[in-house]
Amino acid sequence: MRAIVTVIGKDQVGIIASVCALLSEKNVNVLDISQTILQEYFTMIMLVDASQATIPFARLKEVLAETGKERGLDIRIQREDIFDAMHRL
Amino acid sequence: MLNNNDILSTIRMIDQQHLDIRTITMGISLLDCCDSDPHAACRKIYDKITTSAQDLVKTGEDIEAEFGIPIVNKRISVTPMALVAGASRTADYVPFAQAMERAAQATGVNFIGGFSALVQKGMTEGDKRLIAAIPEALAVTERVCASVNVGSTKVGINMDAVALMGRTIKAAAERTAQRGGFGCAKLVVFCNAVEDNPFMAGAFHGVGEAERVINVGVSGPGVVHHALQAIKGEPFDVVAETIKKTAFRVTRMGQLVAREASTRLGVPFGIVDLSLAPTPAIGDSVARILEEMGLEVCGTHGTTAALALLNDAVKKGGVMASSSVGGLSGAFIPVSEDEGMIAAASSGVLTLDKLEAMTCVCSVGLDMIAVPGDTTAETLSAIIADEAAIGMINQKTTAVRLIPAPGKVVGDTVEFGGLLGSAPVMPVHRESSADFIARGGRIPAPMHSLKN
Repeated sequence: MRAIVTVIGKDQVGIIASVCALLSEKNVNVLDISQTILQEYFTMIMLVDASQATIPFARLKEVLAETGKERGLDIRIQREDIFDAMHRL
Repeated sequence: MLNNNDILSTIRMIDQQHLDIRTITMGISLLDCCDSDPHAACRKIYDKITTSAQDLVKTGEDIEAEFGIPIVNKRISVTPMALVAGASRTADYVPFAQAMERAAQATGVNFIGGFSALVQKGMTEGDKRLIAAIPEALAVTERVCASVNVGSTKVGINMDAVALMGRTIKAAAERTAQRGGFGCAKLVVFCNAVEDNPFMAGAFHGVGEAERVINVGVSGPGVVHHALQAIKGEPFDVVAETIKKTAFRVTRMGQLVAREASTRLGVPFGIVDLSLAPTPAIGDSVARILEEMGLEVCGTHGTTAALALLNDAVKKGGVMASSSVGGLSGAFIPVSEDEGMIAAASSGVLTLDKLEAMTCVCSVGLDMIAVPGDTTAETLSAIIADEAAIGMINQKTTAVRLIPAPGKVVGDTVEFGGLLGSAPVMPVHRESSADFIARGGRIPAPMHSLKN
């Protein structure tokens, strides 16, 4: 299952490393990454494949959110379908 | 890969603009639950609902987690209960509502609709007993919603039923007087009721429907409002285009969720209802959309035109986005459930008469409006008759959900809490309509009903 991970928050050292490490630990494959900094705000969007994940999707969502909270970041994961439905014909 | 701005705009819609799926409603036929023994019928009703909908709430929560889109309500609608209970040898239909309530509790849904009767042309014994049971049924249950259809474009308006419903609303308010007449917030009087409406309190599962069906109601007043803020001063062509595009996106999301729920539950997909349903939360108001178009306060001159544009553009945008559109589909204007409407009504700008005019061009009717507690049953009936006439002549659904709040006068506010919000008590005309309502009989169907 393909999903979009978004990370939004104040820029700091090691954001990409920590998110990627977590995803790797849960066997989630990163397919694409894009990252920008807008007015000091770090925004990263990742396309991932969570079909081989070692934990259920709902749990993965919680783990990401918790990790984000520790660093003051908003991290979420949503199935890609919702963005496709809303923005692609 | 998807455009980053598109991804972030979806997240902003969900986070800041209250984008959500308002309801996943499972329609369940209870026609096979009829039994001459009322206890047996109630048992069958409970069993059928709890078996059919046992995974509804869990599935809704799973979809919510995976897609990251809030699904605010999971609900159930059933066959109009007068049809099912009519087979039982009993005069008391309250136990049928209690069976619905127990089933709703067991499945975890927050409302169950279908304590209903369709009496547009005449009333059966079962219909009469059901209507007689409504005040008590709504008082002894929390989740059960009742609706009665009193007219249609095809057959006219049953004025005996209109008179009866005025008295029933009064009785429902008095029976729940300690809670501000809360019973009335769960009671809708329709003209041209639709059989696949997923929204409460008027949802029921029509007899033309399948055994079970999944209907989804989307929302998104905040998203439309936000989109309009970006085009201040532009002509109405631009406004309409902007609303259409926004409605398209919102409905595509609804369609996705509806399909997903239908597949997971193994229940056929019915319709997506493209309604802009507000909530009392700031930033989730239909009234504020109308004001964004250039009106100082919702209810002033121009409001009806603004609402007409909004309602039409929502439909045009949504209809391309879903394989099957139904329900009420349009803009809702429930006063107590809309922060901007509450403000407009409290300031005295938005009146009952203006709301009546607005219902000519939007998808529902006089919805969640508190009126003084001493409003007579005949006046309530006359308001219902006016609204039913608008529906009948204009071939559209109209509904009346009025709360004659016991002991309250104009200037007071009735608090219902949650999605039902709070309603400022609005004035009604004091001049009597009693002789008009006392006539009874039927207002004939209009000329344009003769289409065959």
